[in-house]
Amino acid sequence: MSRFVFKNPHQEKRIINQRVIIAIGFILLLVLFLLTRLAYLQLFKHSYYTNLSKQNRIETVPITPVRGLIYDRNGLLLARNVPVFSLDITPSETVDVKQTVEALSALLPISDDQRKLFYKTLRQQRRFQSIPLILKLTDEQIAVFSVNRYQFPGVEVKARMLRDYPQGDELAHVIGYVGRINAADFAKLDEANYSSSDYIGKTGLEAYYENELHGQVGFKQIEIDASGNIVRTLKVTPPIPGKTLHLTIDEHLQEVAIQAFGKFHGAMVAIDPNNGDVLAMVSVPSFDPNLFVQGITQTDYDFLRNNPARPMYHRALNGLYPPGSTIKPFVGVGALGNEIVTPQERILDPGYFKLKNSTHVFHDWNHTGHGWVDMHRAIVVSCDTYFYWLSLKMGIKGIDQVLDAFGLGHATGIDLLNEPEGLIPSPAWKEKRWGQSWYPGDTLNTSIGQGYMQVSPLQLAVATATLSMHGQGYQPHLVQSDATLRYQADFTQMSAYDDIITAMQDVIRSPEGRGFRFGRNAPYSVAAKTGTAQVYSIKDDATASSLEALRDHGLFIAFAPVENPKIAVVVVAEHTGETAPVVARKVMDAYLLRKELSS
Amino acid sequence: MKWATLFKFFATHDVRRGFAKKTFWERIHIDMPLLLCLLALAFFGFIILYSAGNENFALVEQQALHIAVAVCVMGIFAQISPHTYERWAVGIYITGTILLLSVLVMGHVNKGAQRWLGAGAFRFQPSEILKLAIPLMLSYILSRPPLPPSLKKSFLCLLIIGIPAILTAKEPDLGTAIVLGVTGFFVLFLAGLSWRFISVTCLVCASLLPLLWYGMHDYQRLRVLTFLNPERDPLGSGYHIIQSKIALGSGGFLGMGWLQGSQSHLHFLPEHTTDFIFAVCGEELGFIGVFILIAVYLAILSRCAYITLYAQDSFSRLLAGSLSLMFFVSLFINMGMVTGVLPVVGVPLPLVSYGGTSLVTLLASFGILMSIQTHRRLVPS
Repeated sequence: MSRFVFKNPHQEKRIINQRVIIAIGFILLLVLFLLTRLAYLQLFKHSYYTNLSKQNRIETVPITPVRGLIYDRNGLLLARNVPVFSLDITPSETVDVKQTVEALSALLPISDDQRKLFYKTLRQQRRFQSIPLILKLTDEQIAVFSVNRYQFPGVEVKARMLRDYPQGDELAHVIGYVGRINAADFAKLDEANYSSSDYIGKTGLEAYYENELHGQVGFKQIEIDASGNIVRTLKVTPPIPGKTLHLTIDEHLQEVAIQAFGKFHGAMVAIDPNNGDVLAMVSVPSFDPNLFVQGITQTDYDFLRNNPARPMYHRALNGLYPPGSTIKPFVGVGALGNEIVTPQERILDPGYFKLKNSTHVFHDWNHTGHGWVDMHRAIVVSCDTYFYWLSLKMGIKGIDQVLDAFGLGHATGIDLLNEPEGLIPSPAWKEKRWGQSWYPGDTLNTSIGQGYMQVSPLQLAVATATLSMHGQGYQPHLVQSDATLRYQADFTQMSAYDDIITAMQDVIRSPEGRGFRFGRNAPYSVAAKTGTAQVYSIKDDATASSLEALRDHGLFIAFAPVENPKIAVVVVAEHTGETAPVVARKVMDAYLLRKELSS
Repeated sequence: MKWATLFKFFATHDVRRGFAKKTFWERIHIDMPLLLCLLALAFFGFIILYSAGNENFALVEQQALHIAVAVCVMGIFAQISPHTYERWAVGIYITGTILLLSVLVMGHVNKGAQRWLGAGAFRFQPSEILKLAIPLMLSYILSRPPLPPSLKKSFLCLLIIGIPAILTAKEPDLGTAIVLGVTGFFVLFLAGLSWRFISVTCLVCASLLPLLWYGMHDYQRLRVLTFLNPERDPLGSGYHIIQSKIALGSGGFLGMGWLQGSQSHLHFLPEHTTDFIFAVCGEELGFIGVFILIAVYLAILSRCAYITLYAQDSFSRLLAGSLSLMFFVSLFINMGMVTGVLPVVGVPLPLVSYGGTSLVTLLASFGILMSIQTHRRLVPS
């Protein structure tokens, strides 16, 4: 290259300026491109990005509705909500849950039970739900934690409403309990409405009336910053609290009955025959429902589950017993009502009954026999032979028809879940269940309430109430509502009711009446019938060792006053013949005499 | 010059006939139109910064102090004549490159990058010096004949750009490296580099792209991937782009109102006082606001173009042109990344983003432009 290159300022200026102009054009083009891009974002996609911006900063937080309260018929509080402060851990916001729990235990006392329960709940729940580690914090514990809070991300003190049952075990089976919502519950419920709820009714009325008690969730729209801090509240839709339930239950009767049972187990149901109000529904032994609210510990749960007395079992609803002789008044009403026999027809009872063409002997409970027996006396002395004879005249179909009319062997439709049907045996049922044909002997057993027949105390109570009202039976219910007629046991001879009820009165009044344990001195007229349920299943059970477990169950049905029935009572006392009438007497006294005192 | 008349609007007191006396401002080497435009931009910047910093006036005060210092530096640089710059060009470039090397050996580490040299208040980034040194050096070399440059000279120039650019990218400071590289290339372009050379270089660069990929740091690769598809990682590396687009888009035509932007005030928008301040402007002042901001930038660029076109020798012309282009490249890269058309590389919005170092370099470059304008010998037109 030549060393002497001359500078040509004019040419250089021309070259450079030409390029500068091109650069200016280039710049303008790029600026135009930028403006187009901005116009696209800011004008064309404005609403799209506005929406995204709102999603960024606005969050909807659910507000838990307060669960409905439950009162008894006299306004006594049975279920309430108590505010507590709990220490909650949200697994999804915690780095290491185990480590957090250990670190917390250095700060606050955490029992082994609390720890076990926490890990159990942790396994059942979804990770973004908070789980209480300590349910009831004291003021001091709150202060201690608050000072150290910054060390524990994902741990917070949460104010929550804890369900509480002030009456404890007295109504545990009827009211049931609430428990923490687990994954199985979530599959069934409306997630939006339960978005902030911790508890759901698990059993009893709490489960049956879950929708009413829970209420409708509320919402709060809040503005948050990028770290999730609340800047301000934009809009509030208040929650609708759950409905209050007013029960037909009289808590005082409940208490009286439980005391009357003493050490014995069993069930008692009291119904107002005029409207189907269930006045009392007792199952002993019972349990403390408050244990389940807080999340039951494994020890407590094992104790309840492995207890041979089965405290969790709702005997009044789910317990199925052979009704024994308590079935006789119903069979009797049917026989007289349908004119199968007249009240005057009588037989001579030698203490046993023999079928034609059979050597098998059916014994009366009194092996020496009752002598001449008509319908009235058959009820009073509870004569089995008379009913053996009667059952052959009625036939199994006739008997079943009558029992069916009183609702025996069918769920009553009470406002509780999982009510069993019970069983009134029929030839069709026997064929299906056992593949065997029906024998006349089966008919005989059915007529005295033994054999295959199984009814619940509640069914028997409803049937007794219907009997007391001369065939008018109301839908039984636990939550106050209008009376609805459900059963109508009408016969051609309606005087049959008077005949049977008079006989039932004599069960108490007559010197040879079987209801003597009730006491003959009641200041009100009462009609009753005793019964014995043979304990087959336990007799066959090889593990049943104690003699007490082999004893038959005592049953007792009664209503009073006879002229204007106000209460019908059924008691089943397991493995004892003496307790049932006593319980019934105490409940009736408590109900009828207290009422008289107050009026 | 026919094109130049377009810019006479900015030159009312400059264009005179015959030998006229210089004005007071010209004698103290301050170019009033440019200064006014810069101050207008700075003032606009304060307004946005006040909101972006969550109404923290101390932040604005701090920035005002930065600008005051930078304006002083600009005044000093304006006093030095273009001929002095021409003489110092080679020295400044070599010193800058050596400092850049030493930063890799013993610099301070800040946010995972080694960019700083010195101690205490005197810490500075050598790459900032290169922002001035490369245009100076290239203008010096290219203004020697022959112009347009020969092939050999063109390659030499590429080397002069390439060494510091690669060193800066190694720090790693990809944003500055790109600004350096692109600016350097533009000087070559202004010097009349043949179109053939330009197209061949572009092709070579394109074919070297995969090689560049392997030379990148992990976070840089992530940025590129994120740029191509921000929704790939909306809470991680794509977060910046998504949030800044939301800020701009929700602003609409009129904006949400000054101090009313939820994206910045609730901290959804990251780095809202520095690299992403443009998004705050778009959210609160809307399309109108960013349009006005861009208009102010265009006003400054117009004055720069005028100074370039009226410069009196090739060195001054190339220097003025390259410094102006550097200004444009920074602002385009910043706006491009905020609007999501360019990958996120850390380039601040000139004069608006909070921060001192780049501000000093920027106003120093305007000082050089003022020097070029005010040291002209007045000749009859």
